[in-house]
Amino acid sequence: MSLALPDTFDLADTTVRELNRSLHLAEGGSCTVLNPRGAHSVAAGLTSPIDVTVDGSVGYYCAGMNQQATVHVNGNASTGLAENIMSGTVRVTGNATMSAGATGHGGLVVVEGNAGARCGISMKGVDIVVGGNVGHMSAFMAQAGNLVVLGNAGDDLGDSLYEARLFVRGTVASLGADAVEKEMGPEHLGIVADLLEKADMSDAANPSEFRRYGTARQLYNFHIDDIDAELATGATP
Amino acid sequence: MSRDSSTRGEAISLWGKVALAFSTMCGIAGLFLKTETHRHDLGRLTALMLHEMRDRGPDSAGFAVYGEGRAGATKLTVLAEDTEPGWGAEAGWEAGWEARWEAVAAGLGEALGTEVSVRSIRDHAVLETMGDGDAARRWLLANQPGLDVLSHGEQLEIYKAVGDPDLVALHYDLAGRTGTHAIAHTRMATESAVTTNGSHPFATGADTCLVHNGSLSNHNQLRRLLEKQGESFQTENDTEVAAGYMSWRIREGDTLDLALKKALVELDGFYTFAIGIKDGFAILRDPIACKPAVIAETDDWVAMSSEYRALAQLPGVNDAEIWEPEPAEIYTWTLT
Repeated sequence: MSLALPDTFDLADTTVRELNRSLHLAEGGSCTVLNPRGAHSVAAGLTSPIDVTVDGSVGYYCAGMNQQATVHVNGNASTGLAENIMSGTVRVTGNATMSAGATGHGGLVVVEGNAGARCGISMKGVDIVVGGNVGHMSAFMAQAGNLVVLGNAGDDLGDSLYEARLFVRGTVASLGADAVEKEMGPEHLGIVADLLEKADMSDAANPSEFRRYGTARQLYNFHIDDIDAELATGATP
Repeated sequence: MSRDSSTRGEAISLWGKVALAFSTMCGIAGLFLKTETHRHDLGRLTALMLHEMRDRGPDSAGFAVYGEGRAGATKLTVLAEDTEPGWGAEAGWEAGWEARWEAVAAGLGEALGTEVSVRSIRDHAVLETMGDGDAARRWLLANQPGLDVLSHGEQLEIYKAVGDPDLVALHYDLAGRTGTHAIAHTRMATESAVTTNGSHPFATGADTCLVHNGSLSNHNQLRRLLEKQGESFQTENDTEVAAGYMSWRIREGDTLDLALKKALVELDGFYTFAIGIKDGFAILRDPIACKPAVIAETDDWVAMSSEYRALAQLPGVNDAEIWEPEPAEIYTWTLT
């Protein structure tokens, strides 16, 4: 069953459950959500290519598990923004707190302001672009995907990293265990340029200003025999 | 932290700890009014915040209010923990409490040799005296075994109870209170039983109190150390140990800031603390900062909560500066 989306949902007089049920049933279209007031799970679990604009700040797990949908938050987001995102785009104009993009498999997460601690923790293929800074322990145990930070990174960036790529334009307070700086090759400049363009931040930074960080492969069992599998995940040595 | 870890095993055990910390909750709501503008409305705004934190801690709740005090007087909030509070009980329960509290006040007045006034609020009462506040506290603890002294000081009053946080706010008239700052807490018990005296806030000395979201792993060891330093504990609760630690350091002459710096070294575990003093308010998160916290500030007020939704209804919040406090950084505000 597919239902057309109303133009607006006002969370002052609609529950999040009703909102999400409507969003789950829609197969296309767009809508605006008003008065989120920090509510949890706004626009979580979407599976269709719909456009959702949220006017105001949201609570935990906004756009969690997103597939195909585009979710745009005009405000801040609390813990677990776009957690486990599979595809689609999630953008926040303000700041995000802890664990933005955590465990994400695919798609794009854009935070125009700062992201808090553990941004991209255990990311598995998602691309995350942060206009400001990321907090401590970002990309902890990150497995695949790209984290692009236009500002600075907090302590222990990339601790226990697998094959995700981390690009930071500013300072890194400290690298975590098994994370090291790596050379920026032409393909890496290309990745950053592409993601800046997708994030609509091409004017904000030049790819050449970024430094790349990745895994030293001393903590997990990396074998050259597995390189085909590594490449299949999009990881380059 | 994990920067020193050399094996995957350690990293995974840290991840396990992180996951555990996320799985336990509590809610904090603190409001510090820098100007007169909203002081008549302190209680109502705090009650709105507390309401939003209800599902983070549905088993019990409490609040601390810094209201108007009489210069030179000491207020003591006392709780009868030997009796049910009598919520919705049979006719006459209120008079029963008043009679009991009058008797306590009379006994205390006689012991101190000065007048003690009393305000009865169900199983809580606020005793006020111009006499020696420390002596009054000691007398109550020594001579009224069924009572707990929740707070003492010129301005601070603390109320706490088991049950729905909204009912706790209603029964102790949080919404009707005025003053400069308030800290409220909703509890989801993890480290000790669901009891009234295990509820927060905990007083840490005159006009000083603390609430906590998290769990301390070395509280038994610290409790033994603090008992040797003369602190006494009324519960098995880990937060009471943190409060006792702060109380001890401040008694030894540390400033609030210095005491918190030492707490960062001595307290092992997960925590976001909100701390009230007579003319100030402080926030501290542990170095890993698993426990959530968000701060909003305008020219008129500073508010801190576990989640933004508790701040969403504050006046002028859309123009407030809103940020997440950094780990292991001490934030303080003082009335000017």
